[in-house]
Formats: sequence, C-alpha cells, structure tokens
Amino acid sequence: MNDAVRAVTVGRAIPLPGNDIDTDRIIPARYLKSITFDGLGEAAFIDERAAERDAGRTHRFDDERFAGGSILLVGRNFGCGSSREHAPQALQRFGIRALVGESFAEIFSGNCTVLGIPAVRAAAADIERLQALVEQDPSTEVTVDLDAQTVTAGTLHCPATLPEGARHALVRGTWDSTALLLAGRDRIAATAGNLPYLNAFAG
Amino acid sequence: MSQATLFDKIWDLHTVGTLETGETQLFIGLHLVHEVTSPQAFQMLDERGLPVLHPERTFATVDHIVPTDRQVRPLADPMAEEMYEALERNVARHGIAFYGLDSDYQGIVHVIGPELGLTQPGMTVACGDSHTSTHGAFGTIAFGIGTTQVRDVLATQTLAQTKPKVRRIRVDGRLGPGVYAKDIILSIIATLGVKGGIGHAYEFAGTAIEALSMDERMSICNMSIEGGARVGYVNPDQTTADYVKGRPHAPSGAAFARAEQYWRSIASGPDASFDDEAVLRAEEIEPVVTWGINPGQSVGVSDRLPRLTAVTADERDTAAAAYRHMGLSENDPIAGTPIDVAFIGSCTNSRLTDLREAARVVRGQKVDKRVKALVVPGSKQIAQQAAAEGLPEIFTDAGFEWRGAGCSMCLAMNADKLVGDQVSASSSNRNFIGRQGSATGRTLLMSPAMVAAAAVNGAVTDVRQLLN
Repeated sequence: MNDAVRAVTVGRAIPLPGNDIDTDRIIPARYLKSITFDGLGEAAFIDERAAERDAGRTHRFDDERFAGGSILLVGRNFGCGSSREHAPQALQRFGIRALVGESFAEIFSGNCTVLGIPAVRAAAADIERLQALVEQDPSTEVTVDLDAQTVTAGTLHCPATLPEGARHALVRGTWDSTALLLAGRDRIAATAGNLPYLNAFAG
Repeated sequence: MSQATLFDKIWDLHTVGTLETGETQLFIGLHLVHEVTSPQAFQMLDERGLPVLHPERTFATVDHIVPTDRQVRPLADPMAEEMYEALERNVARHGIAFYGLDSDYQGIVHVIGPELGLTQPGMTVACGDSHTSTHGAFGTIAFGIGTTQVRDVLATQTLAQTKPKVRRIRVDGRLGPGVYAKDIILSIIATLGVKGGIGHAYEFAGTAIEALSMDERMSICNMSIEGGARVGYVNPDQTTADYVKGRPHAPSGAAFARAEQYWRSIASGPDASFDDEAVLRAEEIEPVVTWGINPGQSVGVSDRLPRLTAVTADERDTAAAAYRHMGLSENDPIAGTPIDVAFIGSCTNSRLTDLREAARVVRGQKVDKRVKALVVPGSKQIAQQAAAEGLPEIFTDAGFEWRGAGCSMCLAMNADKLVGDQVSASSSNRNFIGRQGSATGRTLLMSPAMVAAAAVNGAVTDVRQLLN
C-alpha cells in the first residue's frame, strides 16, 4: 500500500473554537526567520497559549485532556491571511493529521493538501456537535473518511467534503505534486511556446 | 460558470493539461521569490536532485527581513543575515536574477515586479506571498502560494490548480476628495466579508476603478486576499500600457505594439459572463478605519463602532473578541481614538502616489509628541523618486522617520515592531492580533493620508478636515 494514501484518518480530536483564525495567530512571523521548518511544532499558537496561561486559563493545545489529539476541529475561514506554509507545518509537527472545519482559506487548504493533511469542510451545526462531544469526552475516537466523505465520532456521523482535486490526491497518495507535474514536461514546453510574452509577441 | 472573462482567457492560454486529480496544470509566466518562503523550497529541490526548469522566469529580492534603518551587510540580526545568505546562494547556484540590497531596484517584491516591467498583462504570476494578488492590477492571474508550491514552480514552472468562480465587483461613480483606493477595498471587504471571496477571483470594474492610477489599482488588488479571494484583477487599458512602457523588462519598439494588441485581446469583453456580481457607489464611500482584528471589521471615519446586537449572529463572537483585544467599546466614535505609532508603508500603500498624498497632509505640520511615526518606501526606486520631489524633507521636518525599503512594520520580521499594547495607525493590510510584532499590539488600518492625519493629531482624524 502506498504510504502517501490519506484516505482515512483516525484519532482523538482537539476542539478549537473561534472563526477567522489567521496564520499569524497559528505561527507568529518571528518563527519564520529560519531557513528550515524545524522546531515549529512547539511554536504553534505560541502567543495565544502564553496569553491564556497569563490569564490563568489553558489553551486547547496545552490542555492535558486533549493531549495527543490529531484531528483539529475548527470554525469558519480557518487559516486566513498570510500564505506562510509554516502554519500547516507547525500544526503537522505538533501532531495534527487532519482538520475539520466550516471553511478554510484557500492558500492554507492548498498548503495542507501538499503536505498530505486533509482539511475537510462540514456544516456549522455538525462542527458544533463534534466540538461539544469531544469537549464532553476527549477520548472520543474521530474518523475522517475521504472515500465516504464523512466524519464519524461516537454516534455522530456527518457529511464532510473537500475539493475533488485535493480529495483525489490524498486518497490516491499523489499529493506530492512535483512528479505529477514533471510528467507533462513536453506539454509544458508546448504551452510556453504558445505564450505571446515568451515569444516576443510574434504571431 | 464564467465565460470570456480575462480570467477565463488567461487560464485557458496557460493550461498545460488536466492532471489525474482532475486539477488543471497551469503554467506560471512569472515567479517572484523572496527570502522568507523560498529556502525550504530550494532545499527540497536539492534533495530531489532537480534543476530549476526556467530560471529566466524567476526573479528574487529581499524585503521581509531587511532592516530599514542601516541597510548594510552583514545584517545586524544574525538570523536575518543567514536567510539573506541562503537566498544569495540559491539564486547564484540556479542562475536566477537577484535584486539585493546592492541593487537600485531592491524593494518589496510586489512593488518591484511592476516597477521593473516584469509584471505585464496577460501573465500568470505566482509568489510565496499572499499579497501576490497585487499584480492583478495589470490584468494578470496572480496568486500567493506556499513553500512546497514554490518548489513545484521552480521544478516545473507549473502548479496544480482548481479553477475558481469569477465575481465582478463594479464600483461606479467618483470618489470624493480625501477618499482613496484603500477606502474602496476596505469597503468591499466590509460589504462582502473576509471570507466572501473564498472560491472566487475578483474582477474589479466600473468607472471608479477605471479612473484609478496603477498605484491605486495595486492597492485594491493587493487586499483581495483580505476578502478571501486569492486573485483580484483589473482589465488592462491605456493606463496599464502607459505604466508598463519603457520599463527595464517591458517589450520595446515593434514588440510593444504587438504586446498592446495581446493585452487588449485578453480583457473581459462585452460578451463576458460572470458567476456573480456586486455593485458599490464610489460617492457613498468615506475614509475607512478598521477597529477590530480582521480587515472586515471597519467603519467610516464619521461612524460609531457597531453594537454587538447589530452584528450578525455568526460575526458576534469575533466582534466581541475584537473589542476585548482592542480595548474599544461598542458605540464609541472611531474618530478621536488615540494612537501611539503611525506607519506608512507595505505592499499595499508604499508607492509614490501614496507618499505624495501623505506628504500633502503633513506639509508644514508636526507629528504629535506622543507618536512614533515612520515612512518606509516600498522600493529604492520609490525612495529616489520621492527624494527628487523633496518628500523625505517634508516628512522629516514634521517629525517622521524616513527609512530604507522593506516590509518593515507590516509584519515586523525586522526590528520595526510595536511595543506592548501600542495602538498603530497603519497603511498596511492586516490588523490581525500580533501582526505588527507585539502580541498585545493593536492595529487600525487606513489610507496613507489618514495615517498622516492621525500622526499629526495623535488620534484618528478625518483627513478631509486637514485637506480643506
């Protein structure tokens, strides 16, 4: 079996309330000042986690109840803002293997796909139920199934979708796109040969 | 489904084929690179032993991490220096043109692409930066990508992409005095929402858009992404051609005439159809100021902040979080909000016309004693042009600091940062929590002229009062 296949992800979940969570919040810019992605896992949501600690509260990423959770349950427009791949890299290095949300910013979800992380959309009411269930019982096993296009948790069973291109790539294990793109090398040259601005606007 | 729009025409022309995933393999005509999102991409190439397929179609500069006070090597910050050196090594090894600090063309990547004439109508443009949408001002399909996709462009000059829908946003009428492109785009985002553009490319059209200069069109397309649209564009016209003509990488002589024909041919014509349309009236737009933690949370400068009960139910939690972070309250007037820092710069608003408008406001005035104010031109070229017009003296006489080119306090990857819970009046594009370098810092987005007015009065001010 192809190691890259991501058809089914099973694990415990971390509910993360809130909408419009931008990539600056996921990973502040000062952590981008590096020529590698190493060490980003510990820095995921680092400022929010510190702010919660200062306020005598516990951020979900520091909450023992959700330790080891690999499926992140989020709200609307998650990952908006900066294109920094450091955001999904940080989440992946923290241990996140799949995201379930009401919607995702496109650059963010594209970055997730090329890292082999499914970011699936579910209805707001279903996300609310999933988050409530996991809050109540953090040991709940959650299954994200890209073949069936469902998320299952206990007795909850809800539809979950993602763009067909991403779904296909994750299910077949072809999300590492370079090889796929290079296979069309002759067609790449043919396309370049037809572009007016690469050919002195001749013809 | 859209048909015969500029988007459709450029998309079709750049389509290499359909991948087994069902996605389109899209050729990228222009690839721009900077120091922050590229080192890992070059490393991935090396690990796979792959060359850069079209090194002549990739151009690099340094902007995010460069200091704006002393721009000398080695950079004072060793981590910044390491990133700079990594980019130098990568471009040298792969034969990629590089506009570094020793070049007269160094600057913010989305400022120098157009300035050099690299950005031309009818292209596809990609860069590891979400504000790549800026280049859409020229009638291109331009969008931001992540680092792994930077690897794909380097290795194959193509990307796997799904075609979005196309929404036309028409802004008709005339802007009033003291109202700018920034106010148009902030109004659009407030109207359609920060996620309204997901799955869409935005075509900006209408008489108010057609009347804008290229600098202003760039400000609008730049912030498409803040409305959720990865791509925003304006159809190319005479304004566009006049801007491109004579630039270092622009076609010249007979080729320019043929280029203009191509550019005209790819504009959305009368037969174009769109997936949907939104319409705004320019006369109804006043200077806009954001009050919250995303660029959709804004009001006109003469308005009061919304009551939570007046905010739609699904926006209420974010609005409440914004009030907590910003230390502002429902029903407060936005005018008169005290500021600590004034920042004029960023890929949104650091161009010559931006600096001229801000200078009109500060000429003969003094920055409020409590305010730290800085101007960071978008490129060395802009800095030189501004100097030729005497703009730096106007700003420094008023108490602004005049800096070297870079991204600076837009995202605070260099030494230019907010401290503690300072309030910043900023001409940049994002008011996200922590964006300007302090986790408790607070950002009010507005036009450069409005930033200048806030700097002078030490508080949010309707710039129209100072221009009269």
